[in-house]
Amino acid sequence: MRVVGTSVERLDAIKKVTGSAQFADDIQFSRPLFAQVKRSPYAHAKILKIDTSKAEQLYGVRCVITGEYYKKRAGLYLEDKNFLAVGTAKFKGEPVAAVAAESKEIAEEACKLIEVEYEELPAVFDSLDGMKPDAPLIHPDLHTYKVAPIFYPQKGTNISHHYVLRKGDAEKAFKEAYKTFDNSFYIPHVQHVPIEPHACTAQYMPDGELCIWAACQSPFAVRRALAETFDFPLNKIRVISKAVGGGFGCKAGTTLEGIVIPLAMLCPGRPVKLTYTREDEFQYAYVRQGLHIRIQTAVNKDGKIIGSKNVLAWDGGAYTEYGVNIVKAAGWGCVGPYDIENIATDSYCVYTNHPVGGPYRGFGMSEIHFAIEQNLDMVANEMGISPLDIRRINGIRPGGVSATGQVIDVAGYQECLEKAAALIEYDKPCEPSGNPRKVRGKGLAGGWKAPSMPTDAQSSVIIRMNEDGTFILLCSCHDMGQGSDTVMAQIAAETLTVDVSKITVRTGDTDHTPYEWQTVASRSTYCAGNATKLAAEDLRDKILEVAQIKMGTWKKDLYLEDGYVRRVFYPDIKVPISTFALGLMLPDQSGIAGPMIGVGSYTVPNNIAADIKTGLSPKPVAFWTMGVNGAEVEVDLDTGKVKVLKMVSVFDAGKVINPQMYEGQAEGAMVQAMGTALWEELKLKEGKVMNPSFVDYKIPTFDDMPELIVEVVENAEPTGPYGARGIGEIVMVPGAPAIANAVANATGVRFTRMPLMPDVVLAALKAKK
Amino acid sequence: MKEYLVKFFVNDEPIELRVPANRTLLSVLREDLALTGTKEGCGAGECGACTVIVDGKAVNACLILAPELDGMHIETVEGLAKGSQISPLQESFIEHMALQCGFCTPGMLMSAESLLRDNPHPTRDEIKKAMSGNLCRCTGYKKIVEAIEAVAEKGVYDK
Ligand code: FES
Ligand code: FES
Repeated sequence: MRVVGTSVERLDAIKKVTGSAQFADDIQFSRPLFAQVKRSPYAHAKILKIDTSKAEQLYGVRCVITGEYYKKRAGLYLEDKNFLAVGTAKFKGEPVAAVAAESKEIAEEACKLIEVEYEELPAVFDSLDGMKPDAPLIHPDLHTYKVAPIFYPQKGTNISHHYVLRKGDAEKAFKEAYKTFDNSFYIPHVQHVPIEPHACTAQYMPDGELCIWAACQSPFAVRRALAETFDFPLNKIRVISKAVGGGFGCKAGTTLEGIVIPLAMLCPGRPVKLTYTREDEFQYAYVRQGLHIRIQTAVNKDGKIIGSKNVLAWDGGAYTEYGVNIVKAAGWGCVGPYDIENIATDSYCVYTNHPVGGPYRGFGMSEIHFAIEQNLDMVANEMGISPLDIRRINGIRPGGVSATGQVIDVAGYQECLEKAAALIEYDKPCEPSGNPRKVRGKGLAGGWKAPSMPTDAQSSVIIRMNEDGTFILLCSCHDMGQGSDTVMAQIAAETLTVDVSKITVRTGDTDHTPYEWQTVASRSTYCAGNATKLAAEDLRDKILEVAQIKMGTWKKDLYLEDGYVRRVFYPDIKVPISTFALGLMLPDQSGIAGPMIGVGSYTVPNNIAADIKTGLSPKPVAFWTMGVNGAEVEVDLDTGKVKVLKMVSVFDAGKVINPQMYEGQAEGAMVQAMGTALWEELKLKEGKVMNPSFVDYKIPTFDDMPELIVEVVENAEPTGPYGARGIGEIVMVPGAPAIANAVANATGVRFTRMPLMPDVVLAALKAKK
Repeated sequence: MKEYLVKFFVNDEPIELRVPANRTLLSVLREDLALTGTKEGCGAGECGACTVIVDGKAVNACLILAPELDGMHIETVEGLAKGSQISPLQESFIEHMALQCGFCTPGMLMSAESLLRDNPHPTRDEIKKAMSGNLCRCTGYKKIVEAIEAVAEKGVYDK
């Protein structure tokens, strides 16, 4: 391969280093209006009355809306959400009214003038409490909501989805076990914290057309959700996404759009703009859901796990339109990359009066693996087996079976494990710190992830050839930093045998770029990559179709190389592909065929929904990506501070399309995982976010950067483009438990709750003594 | 709000503006001058996305109030390249893939530029220290450090 597998420069690199890349808030509009939001001060309250008259009279205010203005609910999988509260406010900070005004200051002033009367209601602040029979109901009409057929809301409860998995006979396995274990963990809410806050502008034109410019990962999913909520035909609503300054999931669904659209509809012709402040971002963007998880493990004499019982109670927050799918995905992945015959898992999505949960890099996997991988170490220690060996014994191998009963033909877990263990020198003691009050330890953790998407999620790509033999590639998988533009160009360039510089990629405009379900789930390289390859092949075939006339042979004698059509038997006979860009001119000057356009449409084949009663499916997902992180830490016994000295990353990528970008994903993911392990928690007190700033919510900085080592394993994905599978999320998943395992090995203290803040560590060390 | 007449330079171009007292340099750059390369990540001096060089020093543009601008020489990311010739530092960022989403990149470049002008051959620790006010959520920082080290090694900033 000439282009795939090489570190070509990012397509957007020059734009990004010169400040000319345009992000949503950078777009200049003429005569913009500025939106601001009035928010509920209560976590759960009935809205008795909203008086907007004073706000409306303020000079410069153009319109004010409340939830009554547009009452239709929206939601990706479960239509449970209003963009502005209707009837009750269900979390602290929920929008109850919004204003569009001539300046930000006026809009803010107007919000202060809106008077709202509330009646506070009892609230739920923990998923386990929310599941109790006498818990206050947050969505009393849940059973009437429209829902995708694979989710099962429970009438008269706060449970918006209960995923049940029953494989083999878990009860029997526990009876027959040599030893059983019962461990529980808690993973608190965290924030995504892209450095670019959410931003969105909407403009409604007098002819009924609506245009939205948003920092968004998934323009088509957003278009559909908004069209349904605001009753637009899809040809009248256009979503444009420019450069996105990091997503990690939080820019996947609909967020600000639903607030600015109704305002824009009341002010035809005027663009209405809303950009979150950092404080808004911490409080009102999707959060990663909190999780209580209990794992019971049945083990035989040799350390083989014969049974696993799991209960997952997810804190979905006030709306779970997106969260239900995370709960399901976690059910499918519930035992990690381990081959276990008997499993019983219940994964519950629970409404609480907390901020709205949504997708976060890992889609449930980072949370459950924090528990799975520590549990493994705990079991190993009790059994007197090394943590490495328990993974060798139980780790999945080719032909192994997933929790849902899927046969895993390609499984590089064991290779990743051996490589990671070697890189971190797991069998050797740590170099001494030179200070008896600073102890060191190493940890390993594995993990896996599959793209959790509708079984029929689709992608499409169009490649147009220009007259000079260059190409425009149109797609709607969105580059938010992960590098999809470059990956698509590499795949197309490989297939068309041209240099990447010949290909320009355009994305993110639902009027002009073709359909893509969403840029989530680590699915783009695979799904959009397959569509790109199909489009390039389609284009190649069309070129050869015409070339056979020009070159006086049939097309099986023709192939593309370096931008030429050549003959198999006479490779020196060649015609530049640009000759065929607009079809072909015959000797009598008449034209045939026409402009060359390649089209590729891709849907994952044979993905099958899971059974409602058993949760089993022979193929619920396209592929599983798996691998291992290792970590070495130093714990200061006097301060409780944990310093990560080194992390290693080894995953089975199938085929790495761009090694340097792959490394970037893996390095960024390890550091992000380290943040969640050591410091990151969205502190919630009675529903209030207590730390909505970078000062109080620490993310990793330059100073915290450990030594980072990245290697890969490449067992080709048979259905992936050039053998590739998705990696963007999985590379973060085992990072946090690897660190926790290292801390446990250093100190002898196990932390079943993240993050491992110095005060928590210090208290635990003292308690141990 | 009281307005001030201020005269200053942005990337060597003279600017004259009337600005209210509560406006920040960041909003003057982005809104009045449409120089949107400088980003807002927090508006509170905590993320470094808005870093510009003022009179030779890297500062957070979100913390400077517009009335202070009078007489200042401000350099933004838009001024790093000379025409379409990008600077060695920008080139090094590209070569080392020291960017992903690119939202932190303008601030990173300005902080690095200022560091290298003062200290053409910083140690790794000096780089980490000088850059620690610039947050990046994508890269894990390693490739940014490598990009800075590589350009320093070339002696581009030697005095
Ligand atoms: S925007 Fe100025 S430091 Fe964050
Ligand atoms: S590259 Fe995305 S924040 Fe740094």
